[in-house]
Amino acid sequence: MKQMAVVSGKGGTGKTSLVASLAALACGRAVVADCDVDAPDLHLILQPTIQERREFFGMKRAFIDESKCTKCGSCTDHCRFEAVHDFQVDPALCEGCGVCKLVCPSEAVVMIDRLSGHAYISNTRFGPMVHAELFPGEEASGKLVSMVREMARDLAAFQKRELVLIDGSPGIGCPVIASLTGVDLALVVTEPTISGEHDLDRVLKVSEHFGIKAQVCINKHDLNLVAAQHIEDLCLERGAAVAGKIPFDSSVVDAMVHSKPVVELGGPAAEAIHGLWRRLEELL
Amino acid sequence: MNRCPNLSGSKSLKISIASGKGGTGKTLVATSLAVSLADRGAVIADCDVEEPNVHLFFPNKQPLGKKECEVPVPIVDERICTHCGLCSDNCAFHAMAVLPQKVLVFQELCHGCGACALVCPMNAISEGRRSVGEVFRAESGCLEIVWGDLKPGEARTVPLIRSVKDEAKGDVVIVDCPPGTSCSMVESVRGTDFCLLVTESTPFGLYDLNLALRTLEMMKIPQGVLVNKSGIGDRKVYEYLEKQKVSLLMEIPFSRTIAELYSRGIIFVEHMPEWKERFAALAEKIEEQIA
Repeated sequence: MKQMAVVSGKGGTGKTSLVASLAALACGRAVVADCDVDAPDLHLILQPTIQERREFFGMKRAFIDESKCTKCGSCTDHCRFEAVHDFQVDPALCEGCGVCKLVCPSEAVVMIDRLSGHAYISNTRFGPMVHAELFPGEEASGKLVSMVREMARDLAAFQKRELVLIDGSPGIGCPVIASLTGVDLALVVTEPTISGEHDLDRVLKVSEHFGIKAQVCINKHDLNLVAAQHIEDLCLERGAAVAGKIPFDSSVVDAMVHSKPVVELGGPAAEAIHGLWRRLEELL
Repeated sequence: MNRCPNLSGSKSLKISIASGKGGTGKTLVATSLAVSLADRGAVIADCDVEEPNVHLFFPNKQPLGKKECEVPVPIVDERICTHCGLCSDNCAFHAMAVLPQKVLVFQELCHGCGACALVCPMNAISEGRRSVGEVFRAESGCLEIVWGDLKPGEARTVPLIRSVKDEAKGDVVIVDCPPGTSCSMVESVRGTDFCLLVTESTPFGLYDLNLALRTLEMMKIPQGVLVNKSGIGDRKVYEYLEKQKVSLLMEIPFSRTIAELYSRGIIFVEHMPEWKERFAALAEKIEEQIA
């Protein structure tokens, strides 16, 4: 079984639209994992039917039992996250470290498990899918990404599927690192803009840092051919190959509006995605 | 640091620009709004420390300084350590592993809470500092730009976002937020007077807008919406806004000219001055809403 993560650095470059099409082209050989857990959109195209739901517990939160608290202030003094005010814990600031519980002389602090989201195993018309939702404002998204990936790997092993196809989140921080670690291939989707180029460079540094092979896809490459050339030069410099170039095509948004992968609609973008998929299949 | 005195004499104003979905145009809106308010001594704070792009749009900026963002990290004195394992047992972040002869510290996982040093019976753990990124300050005309740059390979953004916000001081502060709705976004919008959510009228835009609105409601931050690239997709975002009674403050039409200027790193309002007036009026509208 192989694992491929689609990531981007910059948001909105077309990761999810691309993953939906790759899932369609894999026709059942892949388990799809939506790891963009704090803004998951893949389900809007793949229309999954949920088979199983699991609870996700993020970091614990401290709670001060008023009846036991002597208001000594030790917790306030030791909390590095400024989460204790007037002998009450602000759950939005608490990181769940438990230092307040350690220093409390009267055992007034309890650490409480907190339901922070759900993970799902589902069926789609293109095969199985694992996805999740993190409740708004929660942290530990990296932990939920790891949970989704583990469920997807187990499912792929059990059902003997060849590939785990991961839709990642934008950026380079904790959820992205959790999406990338241990994959066989990272596909970085970028666009020919000054931001796209800058962010591609950073995400390639991260994949290099973790020793992961990266391929690049330039989406809407014909919107600015000069910038697209810059990106090709950058890829050469960083030792990442350009696996595909997708032209700007209004059918991509049309496909999204109709909840379909763009390869089912056809057109120039769809053709380019077919070519990209053939190249990725060779690499995997 | 009053390079350009606040001529309008208005009150202080902190507006965050967020979105849920990535790539909807947060940076385009934040830079446009900031340059339209430059005569009020605006400061733009780029809190998307994973991918800071605001500074790319100010090629002629003059550096004002930079600062490392340091976080505490445990240092174990192996000469004193008895490898009892209490530090690792009490680390909520799994950042320590105690082997029979050695203690491993996984620095990227450490939140710097200090629990390990507190529980060590031998007092073998002291605290060092390590850098997770840098905060830069620069000026471009009357505008000050502050941004954070997370080191590639680092996972935790929150300390760096806090540093950026601490450095961004001014009467008018525009905060460009990272995408998503989790801790990075929450930390960026926290303490701002108003959050402007940038969306596009597509199924992805709508779904993530709803998540972002729920987050802001939880945080009790007043909000309004700007629809970017209007004309693409469908009408569902508009129907949603009407139903939820969320105010639609501005629309920027989908335009190849704007997209092309953006791709070259040019703030489009500099080429289309009528938009500068619209953005200044947008700020006034926001001030009325929070008054």
